Amino acid sequence: MGQFIVRRTLYAIATLFILSLTIFLVVRLTGDPVTLLAEPGAQEEDLAVIRKDWGLDRPLPVQYAAFVKNVLTGELGQSFNYEMPVSTLYFQRLPNSLELALAATLISFLIGIPTGIISAVRVNSVWDHVGKTVALLGLSVPGFWLGLVMILIFSVWLGWLPTSGQGGWRNLIMPAVALGWYFAASLLRLTRSSMLEVLRSEYIKLARLKGLPAFAVIAVHAFKNALIPVLTLAGINLVIMLNAAVIIEVIFAWPGIGRLLYEGIFQRDFPLVQGIVMEAGVMIVVINLLVDILYAYIDPRIRLTR
Amino acid sequence: MSITLQSAYPLLNRLRLGRDLPVLPLAILVPFVLIATSANVIAPYDPTEPIPGAKIFEPPFWSVGGSTRALLGTDYQARDVLSRLIFGARVSLIVGVMGTMVAGSIGTLLGMLSGYLGGWVDQLIMRITDAWLALPAIVFAIFLATMVGPNMWNIIIILGCVYWTRYARVIRGEVLSLREREFVKLAEIAGASSTRVILRHILPNVMNSTMVLASLTIGVVIIAEASLSFLGVGVPPPQPAWGSMLADGRSMLMVGDWWLTIFPGLGILLVVLATQLFGDWLRIRLDPQQRNL
Repeated sequence: MGQFIVRRTLYAIATLFILSLTIFLVVRLTGDPVTLLAEPGAQEEDLAVIRKDWGLDRPLPVQYAAFVKNVLTGELGQSFNYEMPVSTLYFQRLPNSLELALAATLISFLIGIPTGIISAVRVNSVWDHVGKTVALLGLSVPGFWLGLVMILIFSVWLGWLPTSGQGGWRNLIMPAVALGWYFAASLLRLTRSSMLEVLRSEYIKLARLKGLPAFAVIAVHAFKNALIPVLTLAGINLVIMLNAAVIIEVIFAWPGIGRLLYEGIFQRDFPLVQGIVMEAGVMIVVINLLVDILYAYIDPRIRLTR
Repeated sequence: MSITLQSAYPLLNRLRLGRDLPVLPLAILVPFVLIATSANVIAPYDPTEPIPGAKIFEPPFWSVGGSTRALLGTDYQARDVLSRLIFGARVSLIVGVMGTMVAGSIGTLLGMLSGYLGGWVDQLIMRITDAWLALPAIVFAIFLATMVGPNMWNIIIILGCVYWTRYARVIRGEVLSLREREFVKLAEIAGASSTRVILRHILPNVMNSTMVLASLTIGVVIIAEASLSFLGVGVPPPQPAWGSMLADGRSMLMVGDWWLTIFPGLGILLVVLATQLFGDWLRIRLDPQQRNL
């Protein structure tokens, strides 16, 4: 087990190293970041000043070392526009993003899990087809368009819900549905396949032979075990939703991390953009590492095979 | 029962609609491709210029205040929504297909190298794949688009560079088992170089998987392009793209100008739905084990 944890951690460090190098090189090699920072039409002398202020006149390896140091100290560099460490800004917005992501997770559970269970229990029935349709629409209907259509219907035409901003549950419901929509479909597919697998197993047959009522077999015996991969996916999805809700947060004027990234793009604040992207990567690598270790702890076979 | 059906509908039976021919996906995709390729012939107006004499925000012709001059209404510059939709289809088609081809080429090549060569090459490619997967695809794409600068060809390269990871993983897995097979071993014994084995013996055997993945990637790429264009880092104006049309229509949503939001979104929805259905059909057709289920 110890060996497994060490190996996985080394993989995670290697992954983060490649990720940081990629982000660093993309910023430096795809154009002069100074031109992103400066006003259009700035004089060459002004550009030189900015270049010096931001250490962009130093050799690339020195700049990379400084970048890594910034990541390791947790500062993630200085935002050009806010003149604050990127990490401060990031963690200021994190509670807002968390509120939205948790609500979206709840929505994806409410849609995905019951539909997935019914689809699995009644394979090839009408319910299964309903489930398949929902799963297909989850992939095909862009979440941000769903958000726009909901604003049109529930805010503009019916006047039931506020269009944007943060407040009570009424402000939360539309962005949560728009964000959770795609993830509901992925939970649905996983719940269905996971339930199907469990329902075929020997102990379920035994539970049925014992004469347990069908509901008890499904709810107590099957669902409990089918839930493990589903909850794992939900955990990973939550971290993705925290960082990737850019368009939904823009549409609903939600003051989260995604909106911070969007502002960074339009204020040409490349240290901010670079810092947020790196932070998102770190969070996802860490959550994946934790999930791997947790699984290996639960299931000894994983420790040996990988 | 089956015999009577066979004699009664010989042609129908031979075609087995929906199984040999994906009717619904083709019913959407064929018109979509035709419209996209012949946009300059069938579009009633120039998509980047106002219609002469038309007002801004004219509703579709069946609504009060609409006219048959602009069938699906006009936008904030009095441009024809229908013409912009038609030209937007072209952007979606080009970016969807080309982006998928770039992603498929990178991913399949890296997957084959990783699986066949093994060792440190495999380690390196898989760690790069992990690093790429660590970023939510859309955040990575936004980041790249911001840094590189938006235009249609950059977007194609960017989306190709973001979505290759799935191919690399799947193809590597297949190659790991392929390389233990007799015909590969024999080719190696006969003295074929690694390049030759990969191109002549491995590649043809992973093409099925690449095609299935490609059919499922197109929709994802189309939505990603619309997202980038919506945020203003995709296809730059005045070139019409469905995503930027949605962004333009957003400010008028509050006063109920629904046609600017509904039509481009329906376009995305239908095309992505069709590619997903086509992908499912292809997967089942190409995999005999699933076909019999």
